[in-house]
Amino acid sequence: MIELYLLIIAMLAAAIVAIEIKDLLAAAVAVGLVGFTVAIMFILVSAPDLAIVQIVVEVLTVVFFAAVILRTTHIDTTIGKGIDKEIVFPQVCFFIFGISFLIFALYALKDLPPFGSPIMKVANTYIKEGLEKTGAANLVAAVILDYRGYDTLGEATVLFTSVLGVLAILRKIGRK
Amino acid sequence: MNMTQGQEKPRGMTIIVKNITRLIAGFIFLYGVYIVFHGHLTPGGGFAGGVVIAGSFILLILAFGSQEITEKVSYSFSSLFESLGGIFFLIIALLGAIAGFYFFWNLLPKGTPLRLISSGIILPANIAIGIKVGAGLFAIFLALAATKYIMEE
Repeated sequence: MIELYLLIIAMLAAAIVAIEIKDLLAAAVAVGLVGFTVAIMFILVSAPDLAIVQIVVEVLTVVFFAAVILRTTHIDTTIGKGIDKEIVFPQVCFFIFGISFLIFALYALKDLPPFGSPIMKVANTYIKEGLEKTGAANLVAAVILDYRGYDTLGEATVLFTSVLGVLAILRKIGRK
Repeated sequence: MNMTQGQEKPRGMTIIVKNITRLIAGFIFLYGVYIVFHGHLTPGGGFAGGVVIAGSFILLILAFGSQEITEKVSYSFSSLFESLGGIFFLIIALLGAIAGFYFFWNLLPKGTPLRLISSGIILPANIAIGIKVGAGLFAIFLALAATKYIMEE
């Protein structure tokens, strides 16, 4: 699993570059690098479907960023202005909560198996016990509506939100 | 005065398309219902079947054309059915919690595998999702095709 750690280090470096670099186009490329590294990680832990989705989303994101940047400006004007006094309090709060969350997470995640191993453990459990536990002959239906009902509820919410979004956008034009 | 006044412009496509649509639209709808109801047995389910159901309605609108009043009525019905499907799905999920277990607990009997009435809440949840997806996609189609009718108050 050494390659996963190398990829995580590359992601961290690209994320820091994306925040600190002055040219916005280079920052967009660095964000794209983070996303493609995630796609490679998905392939390494045997999730090619997620890798395909991740690649599509990441390409679209970078293209949108590049289109906006090429039409507006290349220079990030917020870098090098010193510390803004208004955001000191939120940042301090963020660090306090983040560090306390990490401490509790270290206790909570101690019993989990290490990341990415053994591969396909959950999927094997679904295949072995799916039919007798849910009674559904179609394993996909057993997973999306029984084991992972929350996920399907989220998908239904996404559809509802997209309908709302389409109607909201079109309504503005209709009203002129 | 306009020369064509009083003469209705024919709506929709040619008579060939209209007749074939009249023959097959019901079968497309039935096929969508079949996919929804057999989601726990064969590939498919609420999402795929809902898309097929919405496709049958979209085919009807495309072939026969539409009037302002039909679009308004079918728009309000489809948005009503979308909300009802979402509420139905949430109620199924909540019943497990109310019965004393947890959210999305499979509270109905499992039945024998490979029968139509089996696998507990998966069948009603598929039906709820099918209603929601079909009505939602049809509402999006109506909103995109008929913005000027629906959105003007």
